[in-house]
Amino acid sequence: MGGGITLNHFLVLSLIIFSLGLFTVLTRRNAIGILMGVELILNSANINYLAFAFYGGGKYDGQIFAIFVIMLAAAEAVIGLAVVLAIYQNFKTIDVDAAETLRG
Amino acid sequence: MLAQVIFYALAALTVGSAGLVAFSRNIVYSAFALLGAFMGIVGIYILLAADFVAMVQLLVYVGGILVLTIFAVMLTAGIGDVKVSNRAVGTGPAIVVAGVAAIVMLYAVMRTQWHQAAAITPAPTTYAIGNAFLGDYVLPFEVASLVLLAALIGAIVISRHEVRE
Repeated sequence: MGGGITLNHFLVLSLIIFSLGLFTVLTRRNAIGILMGVELILNSANINYLAFAFYGGGKYDGQIFAIFVIMLAAAEAVIGLAVVLAIYQNFKTIDVDAAETLRG
Repeated sequence: MLAQVIFYALAALTVGSAGLVAFSRNIVYSAFALLGAFMGIVGIYILLAADFVAMVQLLVYVGGILVLTIFAVMLTAGIGDVKVSNRAVGTGPAIVVAGVAAIVMLYAVMRTQWHQAAAITPAPTTYAIGNAFLGDYVLPFEVASLVLLAALIGAIVISRHEVRE
């Protein structure tokens, strides 16, 4: 790419985003907040895919995997948010600690 | 030089927004900060010569998932009452876990001698991606449609109101 930007730049950016996403998943009690953290983690993985595709000689396989990840993230968000709304209708809260009636 | 400036601007936007998502005490701010993170990542994708993936990201993430997330945030009233910290994992241990993960990955990234091919000139990728989807990747592509159909039906079944006679 010129300008001195290497693969490592993108990998470090991606790992920062991954760590922030991991932090979000760990600290949030709000189910939607947890889903946001998962989205950040998936995006960081996608940055890695595209960076390796770009610096690996311009093959398209990395980009295709990134598209599959985006597709699965959409499915995950749809189902996750539907579950969150169903939990909210039943429990009037989306605190993940409150919805523990399935716990044995 | 210009690429460097653009990269660092996009990285700052992305990391700043992601930090706001992670550390904001208000879930509504987190949801809107997610917009900045996704937009920054769209720019990063364009920088990586992935024009089609960038547009898919824009359509699916910004236009779909983000709108859905904000919808869910708005529909679950009293959302501000939920405590930010988790009883099982407090802020301190979470910082430790995420920090250790980050340091391990940083070590791996810095230590590894990555194979780097010669820089490619950005070219339109849509044609090649379309060919790959209907060639080498046709089975995953079809399975993906099934997954999306299952997600669609599942979301309807989960979220509908059941009317009993």
